Order: sequence, then structure tokens, then C-alpha cells
Amino acid sequence: MDSILFYILAIAALAATLLCITRSNPVHAVIYLVNALFSLALIFYLLGAPLVAAWEVIIYAGAIMVLFLFIIMMLELAPAEERPGPGWRRWGPVLVLSLVLLGCTILLIAGDPGAAQGVTSYYASPRVFGYALFKKYALAVEVVSFQLLFAAVGAFYVGRHRPKRGTGKEEQ
Amino acid sequence: MIVPMSHILIFSSILFLMGLACVLARRNLIMILIGVEIMLNAVGLTLVGASALWHQVDGQIFVIFLMAMTSAEVSISLAMVVYLQRRKGSINANAFDEMRG
Repeated sequence: MDSILFYILAIAALAATLLCITRSNPVHAVIYLVNALFSLALIFYLLGAPLVAAWEVIIYAGAIMVLFLFIIMMLELAPAEERPGPGWRRWGPVLVLSLVLLGCTILLIAGDPGAAQGVTSYYASPRVFGYALFKKYALAVEVVSFQLLFAAVGAFYVGRHRPKRGTGKEEQ
Repeated sequence: MIVPMSHILIFSSILFLMGLACVLARRNLIMILIGVEIMLNAVGLTLVGASALWHQVDGQIFVIFLMAMTSAEVSISLAMVVYLQRRKGSINANAFDEMRG
């Protein structure tokens, strides 16, 4: 039962991602990516990581994708950014490269005897998770908090509004 | 047992290569960032699969750190996109070729 669900969700995630990377309108791409993220969150839940699944929905689908939508709508992007016409000049080499890489990866995985091991879902209880996160990786949590602070300050610095100088029309 | 580990690895590598193809083929800065997001998600899937394979909690914790890193990266890079849009009036990656000799 769980394995059937895994394959259905995997196909749904792959289809949504494929639709996402081929849309010309960024808004549609973001919506398809949200679909793919929901499928991935369910796969995380099947593998026994309910906390990661919840955060995938809350942080990725809830915060990051909404930030993308906000920026797209703030910039008022034109729907048709890319030239219409045959996309093979752009997609052809990329497709060949990706297929070569994928073939090599599949050959490597198929040649590895350890890869055929079955994965059973491993449920980490909140107690185990919290002890590992805040005792074993306490230093990493501090570093990540600094990183988020620097990111916020950097985004504020880059995105602040400066009136144009030298053009003669100063904005108030 | 749910699935063999190799199927999880193949699934996540297909996802990763889709993100890579999006980064390589698209010229819209927003779409390039979306490709990076897809690649980071594929890495997260591999980490959760490894956590379930070895019955260790560390993989799931690395996914939490990965999410924190992703949100920092997205906030910085979207601020850069807004800055470049203000500067050039376009977010096509081909518009930023001033250093071409």
C-alpha cells in the first residue's frame, strides 16, 4: 500500500515539475511547483518524517513560493518573456546533457549492491529529534541563526530604494 | 519496507536534473531561481531517504538546515532580482552582458 502511494506521488511530483520548468508564465510555474512540493511533502510523511513534511508545506509552499509570487507581481512581469518559436535550440543541448547525466547516475545506482536495500519508514519521535537538534547540532543551529540574520540584513541593503542621482530628476 | 533505496535515488536524481535543465535552458531570472529550488528539494529527498535507510535522525535534521539555508538564499537572490530589475528594466539574463569583451 505504501509503495503504491510512493510511486503515485513520485509520478505526480515529476509531472508537476516538468510542467513547472516548461511554462512561459512564471506565475503558472510557481503554482505547479507548489503542487510538486505538496507531493514531496507527502513522500516525506511516508518515509516517516512528519515534521519535515509539515515544514516543507509551511516554509517552502507557504513562505518561499508566496515570496516568489509577491516579487513576480511586484515587478509586473510580462507573461510572455521568452520568444515564441521552436525551443529546440535552447532545450536540445540541455536535454542531451541531462539524459547523459541521468544515464550515468542510473548505471552507478544499478551497479551498487547497497542500493537495492529496502527502505523502511523511520519515525523519529519529537524527543529524539529535539535532543539531536539542540544538543548534537546546537552549534549548527547558532550558525544558521546568524546566517538568517545576515540574509535579512543583506536583503534589506540590496533592496533599499535609492533615488536616482545624476539624471536631474530627484525623487522625493 | 516501502521501496528500494535505488528508486528513491533515481527519483531524486530525475528531479535534480530537471532543476538543472531549468537553470541551463531558461533565461528568466525568476525561472532560474525556481530551478535552484527544485534542485535543493531533490537533495532534501535524498537526505530523508538516507535517514530512513539507516534509521538515524541526522538526515532529517540536515533537511531542516537545508530549508533555513534555502530561505536565506531566496531572500537575498530575490532582493538581487528586484535590484537588477530597477537597474536594467528587465530580468532577462541576456540583458546582463556588460562584461562581455
